[in-house]
Amino acid sequence: MNNHILNHLPYKSSFRFVDNISLLSENEVRGEYTLKQDSFFYEDHFAGNPVTPGVIITEIMAQIGLVVMGIFLMLKESDLNFDDDTDLYPLLTSTEVSFFKMVLPGQKVTVVSKKQYFRFGKLKCYVEMLDSEQEVVARGMFSGIIKHIELKK
Amino acid sequence: MTRTEILNELKKVISPYTVNKDQLANIDEQTDLIKDLKINSANLVDIIIDAEAKYDIEIDYDSADKMVNVGTCIDVISEKMNEKA
Repeated sequence: MNNHILNHLPYKSSFRFVDNISLLSENEVRGEYTLKQDSFFYEDHFAGNPVTPGVIITEIMAQIGLVVMGIFLMLKESDLNFDDDTDLYPLLTSTEVSFFKMVLPGQKVTVVSKKQYFRFGKLKCYVEMLDSEQEVVARGMFSGIIKHIELKK
Repeated sequence: MTRTEILNELKKVISPYTVNKDQLANIDEQTDLIKDLKINSANLVDIIIDAEAKYDIEIDYDSADKMVNVGTCIDVISEKMNEKA
């Protein structure tokens, strides 16, 4: 069972883009998400012609490919407790993504992430998104850190 | 390797991570990587990894912490190269 890791994700409801983690290891993560027909962004992107925005594709890739692996690696190597520590947030530090195919409402996508390195708290991964025909939807390099920040005033 | 030689090579290591190319050409030991060269703090990790590969050294967490300006980068790189020699 890999899905216990999902309890540590800080994203809720309309901004959580992970349904299932089918592979979770120190070097590779694979996960799935099905785009909801009634997601908030389809109403306006585009009116009468719903297409998943590139930023949402990027976010799905980052949540599965980077944040899930990052939390897994950090839980493994330290005694950090994500449940008690409410000031701990994953931050995206850079991305470079190429897009190849459109993703429509209701479509299921698979994200496969391969670790490039995890050092000094920074995780860098090569991430691909595939559609149900196993064709590449998007691919790119993602980097991020998990950091203590006090967002509340 | 002299400090000047390391500094000149360091420019090539840093180059992919800054858009301030004019400023990079004129760096000295006091140049701050984040404040002066406007390098994304997470890219400091890439600079450290690239420096490790270039000089065939290993930089630990404590040493990496010191590498905030050009001078301290040269300190750490020459220290690690001497350890190896």
